Amino acid sequence: MTGGAGTTAVRLSGLDKAFGPVEALSGIDLEVAGGEFVSLIGPSGCGKSTLLRVVADLEKPTAGTVEVGGKTAERARLDQDYGIAFQQAGLLEWRTVAENVELPLQVHGVARAERRKRAGELLELVGLADFAGSRPGQLSGGMQQRVAIARALAPSPKLLLMDEPFGALDEMTRERMQAELLRIIGETGAAVLFVTHSIPEAAVLSDRVVVMSARPGRITDVIDGCRPRGGAALAGQGVDGAEVVADEVDDVRESTAFFASITAVREALRKGHG
Amino acid sequence: MTSLLRVWPPIALGVLGLVLWELVVRLAGVPAFLLPAPSAIGAAIGQQFPVLLSTAGVTGANSLVGLVAGFLLGVVLALLAAWSRLLRELTTPVVLAASAVPIVALAPVFTTMFGSTTELPRRLVVTIVVLVPVFVSTARGLRQVAPVHDELMTALAASPWQRARFVRLPGAVPHIMTGLRLAAPAAVIAAVVAEYFGGLQNGLGSRVSSAAANTAYARAWAFVAASIVLGLLFHLAGLLAERLVSRGRT
Amino acid sequence: MGGRWRTASMAVAAFVLLVLAWELAKLVLPADGVSLGGTRVLPRTDDAAMPHVWTVIAQLGRPEVAVPGARPVGLAVAAAALFTLGLALGGLLLGAVLGAVLALVMLRFALVERATLPYVVASQTVPLIAIAPLVVGWGGRIAIGGWVWQPWASVMVISSYLAFFPVAVGMLRGLSSPAKADVELFHAMAASWWTTLRRLRLPASVPHLLPALRLAAAAAVVGAIVAEISTGTRGGIGRLIIEYAQSATGDPSRMYAAILGAAVLGLVAAGAVGLLDVGLRRYRGSVR
Repeated sequence: MTGGAGTTAVRLSGLDKAFGPVEALSGIDLEVAGGEFVSLIGPSGCGKSTLLRVVADLEKPTAGTVEVGGKTAERARLDQDYGIAFQQAGLLEWRTVAENVELPLQVHGVARAERRKRAGELLELVGLADFAGSRPGQLSGGMQQRVAIARALAPSPKLLLMDEPFGALDEMTRERMQAELLRIIGETGAAVLFVTHSIPEAAVLSDRVVVMSARPGRITDVIDGCRPRGGAALAGQGVDGAEVVADEVDDVRESTAFFASITAVREALRKGHG
Repeated sequence: MTSLLRVWPPIALGVLGLVLWELVVRLAGVPAFLLPAPSAIGAAIGQQFPVLLSTAGVTGANSLVGLVAGFLLGVVLALLAAWSRLLRELTTPVVLAASAVPIVALAPVFTTMFGSTTELPRRLVVTIVVLVPVFVSTARGLRQVAPVHDELMTALAASPWQRARFVRLPGAVPHIMTGLRLAAPAAVIAAVVAEYFGGLQNGLGSRVSSAAANTAYARAWAFVAASIVLGLLFHLAGLLAERLVSRGRT
Repeated sequence: MGGRWRTASMAVAAFVLLVLAWELAKLVLPADGVSLGGTRVLPRTDDAAMPHVWTVIAQLGRPEVAVPGARPVGLAVAAAALFTLGLALGGLLLGAVLGAVLALVMLRFALVERATLPYVVASQTVPLIAIAPLVVGWGGRIAIGGWVWQPWASVMVISSYLAFFPVAVGMLRGLSSPAKADVELFHAMAASWWTTLRRLRLPASVPHLLPALRLAAAAAVVGAIVAEISTGTRGGIGRLIIEYAQSATGDPSRMYAAILGAAVLGLVAAGAVGLLDVGLRRYRGSVR
């Protein structure tokens, strides 16, 4: 358990980012608490991916401050305080599944035996223990994305950054992956900053949904999501967490709170557009 | 069944071609200087077999030494070019020019520089001929890093050396092997042709020209056939190496 | 534009560095080279083996023979290179046309493709140029319709022979490159085989054809030079290299001047294909 309530995973204040004359982000203030799940949603070009990349220190902000776990974004990146997953799984096809999961640990000089052990645990966590020796090319898209998530979790980060990780998956796989993700982060306690195009996805996963608008990219609204949290409490008590969370998520998808969230996000998006 | 369907047309064409060739030469009385009959060439191969083997050995050794040297040099140069912008900008125009220039014409240069009693001039020609395609395809492989892998390595705070070791080099391996496959038969061609420009006269190329000069046309064609077999051997070896390395990848 | 300037000046710098390395080798290495166990591992660097770069350049202006009014070496090299260029371009054209025709026939008749393609591919990997000395024998001995076979025709035949294969393979690959969906679209429009060829397959073949032509041009130049040497065809650059190399009285730097001419010839032939490349730019898709 590395996450924790009461701490701040990400703090952005007065953040601006310009690409030449184009203002990608303007006056962003946002806090993500420890263990919190925050989604970023908005039209194309609203800068939600840029925002995530600034937190990951893949882009430098033009103005404002970025704190990740109380450090600068660069320090946090160098210390491997976050894990990241992209829309493409981005696995190295010449390595086995287990070797892909080990990559972040290998980059940071963790001994082989320890890497092996950790990769085994993580593949167990994402339900792919039987595929440790397979090549990524032999796996389906959803399985590859689960390997990418396991890789992101390898250094036991307190923060998980995800840029439309399920964007390329079909709807059925996508819903299963959402439940899977909730169970995994329930067990690890990591905070999540999650970029998505899908309103239902944002609503079912998030504690809070941050709605953004384009030109310049800014935050227009923050809406409560309906992330179920019961299953996490049961995890590690000999109960099959996967089953519990899957049932919970199904319940959420049929609840009035879920539809209320969706409606609120949709209205906020329309308002931001007009 | 399907493999049989794929295999029979070329075999049929080959047999048909040989028979037709034999018939045309016999019936039309084609003079030997234009084209000897396959049977005559076959007889020459039988007679000359020990000489064929030893000359093919000389040319094969020259090709192999040049191939290995050119391959290693090509890969190392491409690595250096990928690593430093200055080196890249300096090496690329030279290699591109080399790909358009008849490199075999350098054979007499190397012969004057190293003397006509050593194998080195021909091997150097082969080395340069091999270096060009290996450099080009290795450089291409090293350049083609998927953006997502690049970002991942940044997010993982990987050092430049780690980027090279974990992403660039393994990603370039298929390209490097393609370069080797293209270069392998080119090595034999260069080794044969370099002999036309003087230097030691103990390989297949010089045997072809000396036999032709002595109007022993069937014998000349026998040495041509040996060159073809040697070229095919190198081609197949290159193909096999490429297949072996790319096995298990997608 | 700044990038282009940089690329060009770096290319110049690269060749200047090569020249400097040459001169440095002359300066530093022993004149008779370095031998290890009887094999020379470093070259002789005396003026006979490695003449100064300026000697080679000065050589271009000297008269070819010690007779008043003799043409300078530079002119002789240029004339020889031009002669060979003509033969190589003729061979390239001949080979490209034949290669394109074979590709079309292979496209039209699948059996032809299955029967001949293995040979076409294999022929790219075997030293067919080895037959060059044999085609020599044709000179002066065959007459086609009253026209006596000339040695330069042998050179062009060999040159076209080498240019033929890359074009046939590249063209076939290009002609069969359109996506299945595109071919089906033409089929759905009830387009004839010829219309599909003209409107879809030929334009789609351009990106594959251009690299093939570049290979073919280089092969045609090598073919022409090698053929000249083995056929003893006078007038070309290949023969000139050998003549200069073997003339004991001549200055060794002449041979280098002739080789320089051969290198320029190769670059000019590549440049000619480059012009074609510019002319066909609009057909160049994303395929490389």
